[in-house]
Amino acid sequence: MGRKAVGFLDKSRTVAPPGYTRWLIPPAALCVHLCIGQAYAFSVFNIPLSKLIGITAQAPGGAWNLSRLIAVPSAPGDWSLAQLGWIFSAAIFFLGVSAAVCGRWVEEGGPRRAMFTAALCWAGGFLLSALGVYVHSIWLIYIGYGFIGGIALGIGYISPVSTLIKWFPDRPGMATGMAIMGFGGGAFIASPLSVWLMGKFTTQTHVGVAEAFIIMGLIYFVFMMVGAWLVKIPAPGWQPEGFVAPRASPLITKNHVFVYQALKTPQFWLIWWVLCLNVTAGIGVLGQASAMSQEMFPGHITAIAAAGLVGLMSLFNMGGRFAWATVSDFIGRKNTYFIFFVLGTVLYAMVPTSGNIGSVPLFVFCFLIIISMYGGGFSTVPAYLKDMFGTRYVGAIHGLLLTAWSMAGIFGPVLVNYIRAYNIAHGIPKADAYNNTMYLMAVLLVIGFFCNLAIKAVNSRHHMTADEAEQMI
Amino acid sequence: MGNGLKLVLAWGLVGIPLAWGVVETAINAAKLFQ
Repeated sequence: MGRKAVGFLDKSRTVAPPGYTRWLIPPAALCVHLCIGQAYAFSVFNIPLSKLIGITAQAPGGAWNLSRLIAVPSAPGDWSLAQLGWIFSAAIFFLGVSAAVCGRWVEEGGPRRAMFTAALCWAGGFLLSALGVYVHSIWLIYIGYGFIGGIALGIGYISPVSTLIKWFPDRPGMATGMAIMGFGGGAFIASPLSVWLMGKFTTQTHVGVAEAFIIMGLIYFVFMMVGAWLVKIPAPGWQPEGFVAPRASPLITKNHVFVYQALKTPQFWLIWWVLCLNVTAGIGVLGQASAMSQEMFPGHITAIAAAGLVGLMSLFNMGGRFAWATVSDFIGRKNTYFIFFVLGTVLYAMVPTSGNIGSVPLFVFCFLIIISMYGGGFSTVPAYLKDMFGTRYVGAIHGLLLTAWSMAGIFGPVLVNYIRAYNIAHGIPKADAYNNTMYLMAVLLVIGFFCNLAIKAVNSRHHMTADEAEQMI
Repeated sequence: MGNGLKLVLAWGLVGIPLAWGVVETAINAAKLFQ
């Protein structure tokens, strides 16, 4: 039985039989990405988690201070939002770490083993977190959702990338765009589902977070296992019917670069900065859009309208992931990023103008296009890596590149928050407090433009030999 | 199970929840224009 289970996960058992349709691979990838995309909706649990004891209000006494840090596991009061904020931060941190560390393991073991591992970790993380809620130990939630769930995020995120690229050599951008769109869309499902489940199990004396965690963990496990069952790799030498290899281009290699050799190329680090700068610019406004819109247009954009704007931005974030990556198949990856950087610079520079002239439509237009390009940056980069480094280790190299995301996750919000606070402290009205930040974001995108401009073909000394490439299959 | 049925089931499995989530979000987003 055990050997059978291991056999099911073996890479050799995932080779597609003749006639297997490649259009089953995107839903397999979406099964994983839609589940792990829940991470973007984790914040819906924050308020309920902060009232597990007090039920209607936060019970005092649970927040940390340095002197009683050791006493935290047995602290009698409710957790503070600051303590709870670390759950998501830890998950995103371990996403980057596990994607970087496990990339080669994912690539060499095949997508099914990786998806299965991600499913186990994701569901296990939820179940351990439910136990943490039950015994009121925030450390169990840090370990469960933050650490184990974070590993699931990293492994799950990169697990279908190279498989999709191999199945869709004619449309690699579109294929990976579909999966990464799922990561953006996962929150759309998780957010209302979480609220509904908590509502089902919440009573006057109990907050139903633990039950919601258990049910979501089980649902996600089943869903991800369907993905692991569906996924297959193409047989060696397989090509889609009527496929014509793209004409020779210095920016689309037919060779392969070993995962750690890629780190020695300037191209890897230039793409790292391209992604980091594009994400920094987008992530900074994504988290602040609600407050920023209300402060820039007081009386015009209410809190409810701002929530609507955030929802609309999420849709453009998701849609941009598919649309821009698909466009990149036609105009090339480098040109797609040129659009992000040029158009992004113009739009960021226009945001303060929209505030000065009081034009809400212009402001909304700028933000929606900016956020679509933020999503597009994520979804176009796997195909960019494939163009530069070949398909053999593209998933693992993508994993290493995700450290740029972790870095941007720190830079973006910090830049927006601190510059705003500095401006207000120096007497600048709230409505104008974001202007400098917007111009700074525009400057970051100009730097990104030049990084993208500097990307040339990888030197052939980094390529694997034909024998090495063969051995690694 | 034939490829056609598999395709319908697989895309339905991911497409239906995603479409539901998108509609929910779009309803929320409509508040921007009210």
